[in-house]
Amino acid sequence: MQSLKRFSWTDVFMWVVGAALLTLIVVGSYLTLQQGKYTTVQWFDLAVFGLAQGSVYALIALGYTLVYGILRMINFAHSEIFMSGAYIGFFVATSMQRSGFLRENPVLGIVFIFLTAMTTSAILAILLERIAYRPLRGAPRLVPLITAIGASFFLQYTFRGLFGTQNRAYPEIDFIRGAIPLFGSFQIQKIQLIVIIAAALMMAALAFFVQYTKTGKAMRAVSEDKSVAALMGIDVDKIIVRTFVIGASLAGAAGVLYCFMFRIVTFYMGFIPGLKAFTAAVLGGIGNPPGAMLGGLFLGIFESLGPTLFLDGLGIPAPYQLKDVIAFTMLVMILIFRPTGILGERLSKTKA
Amino acid sequence: MALLEIDNIHTYYGNIHALKGISLNIEKGEIVTLIGANGAGKTTTLRTISGLLKPREGTVKLNGEDLAQYKAHEVVYKGISMVPEGRGVFARLTVTENLEMGAYSRSDKAEIQRNMERVFTLFPRLKERRTQVAGTLSGGEQQMVATGRALMASPSILLMDEPSMGLAPVLVELIFDIIQQINKEGTTILLVEQNALMALGIASRGYVLQTGQIVLSDSAENLKKNPTVQKAYLGME
Ligand SMILES: Nc1ncnc2c1ncn2[C@@H]1O[C@H](COP(=O)(O)OP(=O)(O)OP(=O)(O)O)[C@@H](O)[C@H]1O
Ligand SMILES: [Mg+2]
Repeated sequence: MQSLKRFSWTDVFMWVVGAALLTLIVVGSYLTLQQGKYTTVQWFDLAVFGLAQGSVYALIALGYTLVYGILRMINFAHSEIFMSGAYIGFFVATSMQRSGFLRENPVLGIVFIFLTAMTTSAILAILLERIAYRPLRGAPRLVPLITAIGASFFLQYTFRGLFGTQNRAYPEIDFIRGAIPLFGSFQIQKIQLIVIIAAALMMAALAFFVQYTKTGKAMRAVSEDKSVAALMGIDVDKIIVRTFVIGASLAGAAGVLYCFMFRIVTFYMGFIPGLKAFTAAVLGGIGNPPGAMLGGLFLGIFESLGPTLFLDGLGIPAPYQLKDVIAFTMLVMILIFRPTGILGERLSKTKA
Repeated sequence: MALLEIDNIHTYYGNIHALKGISLNIEKGEIVTLIGANGAGKTTTLRTISGLLKPREGTVKLNGEDLAQYKAHEVVYKGISMVPEGRGVFARLTVTENLEMGAYSRSDKAEIQRNMERVFTLFPRLKERRTQVAGTLSGGEQQMVATGRALMASPSILLMDEPSMGLAPVLVELIFDIIQQINKEGTTILLVEQNALMALGIASRGYVLQTGQIVLSDSAENLKKNPTVQKAYLGME
């Protein structure tokens, strides 16, 4: 009785907070739009940037969601898998830039950056699974979670130790710079277009893989019931490793795209995008790949348009500084109000 | 040499001594039933045969080969297939995908196709439902999926854990007919059942399991007449 009472008070409080935030959003948006400070072109630019950023979140989010789907574990080291790919990709990009290769064969060069980044991430993920997670399979759920956080720090500080704490500037690749004019004064940044298309292609490939290939179907079977999957002759460990490899490759690719957009590399660069992608995965319903894709895109756009749209009209100075606040407020709100995410409930624990 | 020879197996869950020295033999072409009360160790016996559990002592031999070295996912390649307790269909996979998973150990496309057609002949209902997600099927249909799925691996021996559980009497009849038909087509069957009367009706021999030990083993005819069995498992006084 006591706990029920307390619970309902918390509930009421949270609903009040939620309603206040919602009011803030509605009123803020209304005022901003009414003041008409921003042109349609500016809104368009923000939206496209948001879509590009969201594509990167979506790619990372898929890694969280795939692993969660199969192991019911949140791989908090995934953000460092992303960082590692980006970092090694950076070294490849820099040396190709120095030798002039990247200027002469930009497409080949970029493909090579992707391949090294994705391979690095995949190898690290294999090691991580083998050394840190597999021995703990069957342990209480908190144990691998703590290990994942430990592994995350381990990787961060390894990179810090090896490559230092400085921010490194990513080489300027002329091929992907500049804007493509659309109609009127609308235009789209080449790099943003590349990010959106590359991410879309990879996600389409993943969807096809999971839906139609033998391994993809086995991944879905393992995520439902490991013992029964084994009875079918499926080597569960092998499927788990493949899942890690797929998630990590996507994260490595996301790392390269992220670098192309923001042109900076550091040992802690994985933290914020990782947390954002985790938010996206939760938003879409963790364990649900289409949800992770949608969640990523939504978060990217929300975070890009949100600050200006919601806050500018309220007279808050420099609203864009608050984009992380907006993203993480959203994470907390989802966890409270809809822990199953937008596409929710697909991960029901009961099985018929 | 029997097709499946189980010699004195002891299986544990942690400290719980679930199987206390079980031995049984199954000849090629037989239907053998294993009956026993709740918690007697029937499921544990099947899980030990299929490699999901490893016995601490004793051996499981198929065609004379000791299976101890094989992991669960390798055992099915040897010719043992299982219809698990509670069916264990992949709820979010379609009927066809479930059957494809059953054929995971097979690489011959033509064989898979043949088996798929065989399953659809045995269970025409599944053919109608083949694009439906298995979680939305009725219990009887799910039992058909689980049985068909096990057949997709072209097993030489099929382990069935309480296929009649939770089914309406007509469906139980249907499933038992199918079991006999599968057996006639050449598959050996080890049938675990609580519905002892029906199981003894189609089996040639039976074993009675009690708290992890075999207490009786005889022909199905004799078991049906045995007063202890009648009292404990057939509900007769
Ligand atoms: N995962 C487990 N952990 C611990 N003990 C278990 C586990 N599974 C089964 N047991 C125990 O092992 C014994 C045998 O169980 P088992 O499931 O094999 O019985 P069963 O004959 O299949 O019963 P039922 O007719 O209810 O299916 C029981 O005492 C049970 O409590
Ligand atoms: Mg049982």
